[in-house]
Amino acid sequence: MADAADAAHAADAAAEFTRDELMEVNAARALARARTCFVGIGLPSTAANLARRTVNPRLVLIYESGTIGSKPTRLPLSIGDGELADTADAVVPVPEVFNYWLQGGRIDVGFLGAAQVDRFANVNTTVVDRGPGKPEGRLPGAGGAPEIAANCGEVLLVLRHSTRGFVRRLDFVTTLGHGYGPHDRTRLGMPGRGPVAVITDLGILRPDPATSELTLTELHPGVTVAQVRAATGWELRTAERVGATAPPTAEELRELRALKAAGRSEA
Amino acid sequence: MAETRTLRDAVAELVHDGDTVALEGFTHLIPFAAAHEIIRQGITDLTLARMTPDVVYDQLIGAGLVKKLVFSWGGNPGVGSLHRFRDAVENGWPRPLELDEHSHAGMANRYVAGASKLPFAVLRGYRGSGLATRTDTVSTVVCPFTGEELAAVAALNPDVTVIHAQRADRDRNVQFWGVLGVQKEAALAARRVLVTVEEVVDELPPTPGAVVLPGWTVDAVVPVPGGAHPSYASGYSVRDNAFYRAWDPVARDREAFRAWLAEHVLSEGTAN
Repeated sequence: MADAADAAHAADAAAEFTRDELMEVNAARALARARTCFVGIGLPSTAANLARRTVNPRLVLIYESGTIGSKPTRLPLSIGDGELADTADAVVPVPEVFNYWLQGGRIDVGFLGAAQVDRFANVNTTVVDRGPGKPEGRLPGAGGAPEIAANCGEVLLVLRHSTRGFVRRLDFVTTLGHGYGPHDRTRLGMPGRGPVAVITDLGILRPDPATSELTLTELHPGVTVAQVRAATGWELRTAERVGATAPPTAEELRELRALKAAGRSEA
Repeated sequence: MAETRTLRDAVAELVHDGDTVALEGFTHLIPFAAAHEIIRQGITDLTLARMTPDVVYDQLIGAGLVKKLVFSWGGNPGVGSLHRFRDAVENGWPRPLELDEHSHAGMANRYVAGASKLPFAVLRGYRGSGLATRTDTVSTVVCPFTGEELAAVAALNPDVTVIHAQRADRDRNVQFWGVLGVQKEAALAARRVLVTVEEVVDELPPTPGAVVLPGWTVDAVVPVPGGAHPSYASGYSVRDNAFYRAWDPVARDREAFRAWLAEHVLSEGTAN
């Protein structure tokens, strides 16, 4: 429960950085030990580019347009912006990036966004149910996600926390996370470990080692367990000891804001 | 011989009502000018294939020329939804749109099988995904050597593939570089190939990382400088991200879209 001290702290924190910045900084930190990352567009791309400027300058960014080792100076709007190719170590055709590099097991971390996530970190990006008598609402579709989630060593998900996004039941399973429990990935022959963290603007959820169910393990500064539960569409479990993420450093915030400012100025 | 042809003549000759057409280009080198010529000629009942439908297919779908879409990611990259695509799928406007929906890995391998003239391709894909329940072009096959069950995706062989490239020589040899996408595979999978280029040159300079499609694999080359706008041609132009952002409000509204189409595509001589 939020008491007066919590509320005061939250107000202080809000003055220094936004919820989105907490999400982006923590997403970047999650890439500290990776060698290679398959980067989705949007929040994952922001996080991966921030990681290269802070915790992991040698991180190899791989985009599904076939650019391997991209070192963009600003955030790309699309996964095929020219700068991704111009700054890459290698540019390969799209079938090759999926077959030789992703399916070939050469990528440590897949970094994905999502429209809907369930308690086993399965993902929907295809259609949403809008109620009886109404047509399904159309989302963009799978893109690279099903095979990224299957074949990368591990998967990170990043999305804003709300009951629209964190749902009891997916309207469609586009991309398998942990299925319905700890044995489903093995049964289906998925080479990678699957989702290891879901990083949101409120905190971090990680699959319970015994059940694979997403569990709240860390809160961002100024956020309460009650807030996270209220933004989750199922009875969210919490770890025995819920930790706190470290506040963003001045360097992290400076680099993040510079990245975003550069991305905006080209438009 | 072919390079003297106009875009109008090349499209009229190579693209027909009812065809399966792939206009490829992964964000880069998207053949917008050729798509606009298809719209001007009213070539209809098309099955369109493309990994990322992008704004180019939003326009063709909104123009009412498309009966079926074969694809793997249908958004406006970095901006949001493709509203004409959504209106067709959700409301059947201006006509219902049948979908054959895949993952990127599946679509890429469908073109690879098509270029290889094999009936299908195999991959470790679609595992645990609902996608396979909505299409008859994904199945499974058992590896005869290891017993592993793998996904099988049906070959995709378009009647015609249309691409945009940086340049060609006078023998129709086509050269493109930068983000390569799936254009080589889509071209070699197709029965007919139409290429628009930024320029026709006397000799193709050796270019690191470039793909060359020999002239005898291509049916027509048409010089259309800027023919990929608002997409781009590396070395010639940059992606017009402002156009992609500005597309969102145009495509949200049926009348705004129709007015845009009339002003920028249907009126002759304003191909982009």
